[in-house]
Amino acid sequence: MTTPHKKLVLGTALLASAVFAAGLTGCNKPVAPVAAPPPAGFTPRQMADGLFVVMSSDRAVYTKQVVARLQNEAKVIKASEHFKDEKALPLPAQMFRMGAEAVAEKNPGFTYGLLSLWPINKQNMPKTDAEKAGLKFVADSGGKTNFYTEETLGGKKYFTAVYADVGVSMACVSCHNGHKDSPRTDFKLDEVMGGVVIRLPL
Amino acid sequence: MNARQKTIGVWLGWVAFLLAMTAYLTHRWRGPDRTAFLPGPTSHGHYQIELACNACHTPWMGVKEKACLDCHGAELKAANDSHPKSKFTDPRNADRLQVLAADNCLTCHKEHVPERTRAMGVMLPDDYCYRCHQETVKERPSHKDYAFNSCATAGCHNYHDNTALYEDFLVKHLDEPKTKSAPRVATRALLAFLNESERWPKKPALTAAEHDAPAPVRADQETLHAWATTSHARAGVNCSDCHLVPDAQSKTKRWSDKLDHTACATCHKDEVGGFLAGKHGMRLAQGLPPMRPALARQPMRREAAHRELSCTSCHGSHEFDSRRAAVESCLACHNDSHSLAYKNSPHFALWAAETKGAAPAGSGVSCATCHLPRQQSATDGVTRVLVEHNQNANLRPNEKMVRSVCLDCHGLGFTLDALADPALVRANFTGLPARHVESLDLAARRLLETQSKQTKP
Repeated sequence: MTTPHKKLVLGTALLASAVFAAGLTGCNKPVAPVAAPPPAGFTPRQMADGLFVVMSSDRAVYTKQVVARLQNEAKVIKASEHFKDEKALPLPAQMFRMGAEAVAEKNPGFTYGLLSLWPINKQNMPKTDAEKAGLKFVADSGGKTNFYTEETLGGKKYFTAVYADVGVSMACVSCHNGHKDSPRTDFKLDEVMGGVVIRLPL
Repeated sequence: MNARQKTIGVWLGWVAFLLAMTAYLTHRWRGPDRTAFLPGPTSHGHYQIELACNACHTPWMGVKEKACLDCHGAELKAANDSHPKSKFTDPRNADRLQVLAADNCLTCHKEHVPERTRAMGVMLPDDYCYRCHQETVKERPSHKDYAFNSCATAGCHNYHDNTALYEDFLVKHLDEPKTKSAPRVATRALLAFLNESERWPKKPALTAAEHDAPAPVRADQETLHAWATTSHARAGVNCSDCHLVPDAQSKTKRWSDKLDHTACATCHKDEVGGFLAGKHGMRLAQGLPPMRPALARQPMRREAAHRELSCTSCHGSHEFDSRRAAVESCLACHNDSHSLAYKNSPHFALWAAETKGAAPAGSGVSCATCHLPRQQSATDGVTRVLVEHNQNANLRPNEKMVRSVCLDCHGLGFTLDALADPALVRANFTGLPARHVESLDLAARRLLETQSKQTKP
């Protein structure tokens, strides 16, 4: 190949590669969601505490005023895991989880979930070291003390808080004790049954 | 020619070639046929719309994050998706996502790579469940001998839709007979629904003499007879109610001889919506020309090759015979082994008896009974029986059919066995299932164990 031809071919190849690379790499990536910073003046711990108070109050109201009242007292409707198929009420744990999923869809920057050392669904066992330590801590303290730590997951740092999840109603306790997949059948009213885990990105 | 002239000539030639290629490719890109840009054949699910690149791709050929959910989101929600994205967005699942990025449809379902695409448009090996569910064989002694490549292929579990397979559902349907006594499908009451929902007012039936086609149009006797003796005239729907369509620009109504699905959608919005979501109408939904049997990958009858798919291709254009649409319209195009075996099947025997009047209404099983089933639906605040026109909503995996179709007439165990037998499916259910799905046996065993534990002193 003569020198001008070489330059021609090389030049075109370079240009084409540059365009190709730009097309492949530069123009397609969606903007990564940005975590919302906590409100000014709140420490991560205060924010997690505040969120937990709201979550647990909402669920306690649902458990006592809807499920316990209509299922156990008035006996007009049942609560069931398969609430759509059985035209029943969602279980309090499901109400909590559906709320967590709705929050996650809106991506406000924090996540939360319900876990247990004795879950009905094994997927809700603690997975990370912080979760395992936290759930054991709150269970051992009888629900009197919360657990706070920091952990790194997927290369990102989080402030993780674990709060005791207490069986506030016989509706919670009797259903878990009678469920075929429950590893424990001796829960008592007001006993720690699991934990709420809230994570705030740092 | 000296060397310098030669060099200039080569450069000019090369630039001219580049400009010509650019012009040609731009012309192809802007034109109706973009097949030159397809990086590889698409799957059976999407081949019909493979030239509507914008359905899935961003302008610079990234894949739109919401592309899948735009079409499939509603169905997944209705099926109570067992593995929705929301299950994986919690940071606690970050390690799982590194093994398998299950928060993104594209991890398992890529297009344009047919050499890697397997059943259900999945690109992973059959044992993908292992990546997150290794503990199952330890926690469920009943599963200790099951291979991980059988989770989703044995008829017991699906990744997305387990509405007919979850354990409590199996327990509810233990010990059901193969065929229920006096099985019936729901009756449609379309006109009553249209009146109640105020989509169409109550009107007296019309006769041929009362048609309002304008003088220049003047329908022929055959067309008038077809209209006057069938459902539209009975409901008081006159010619102008369908044939006066708003002009695209001026929006004033003008007579049109050639109508499309938008004319039907005024009253039949839900049926048209289902049609556009399924394999019959998905091209129309993307603004492409209608589907034709010649374009299909399934075997189709040669004489139907160039017929365009629309509401009227199945329903007729003035006589609107839904019975014909339930069988004969399907068999006029479909030429695969399942369709060809239909007329020898026990299902067809029931349908033939019903259409002859020798069996009660709702006892026959047409193509539509299974593939466009009648379902309870709430529309405009009114509950009704809707014919689901998205034939894909009950197609693959075929366990999707269990609750919407098979359980109307059959017990769950027999249904699961039949659907798990591909030879029986091909023979259009002539004969008995040669396979057995063990899920009900396992559920019954665990029920007994639980009951005996609970009754122990």
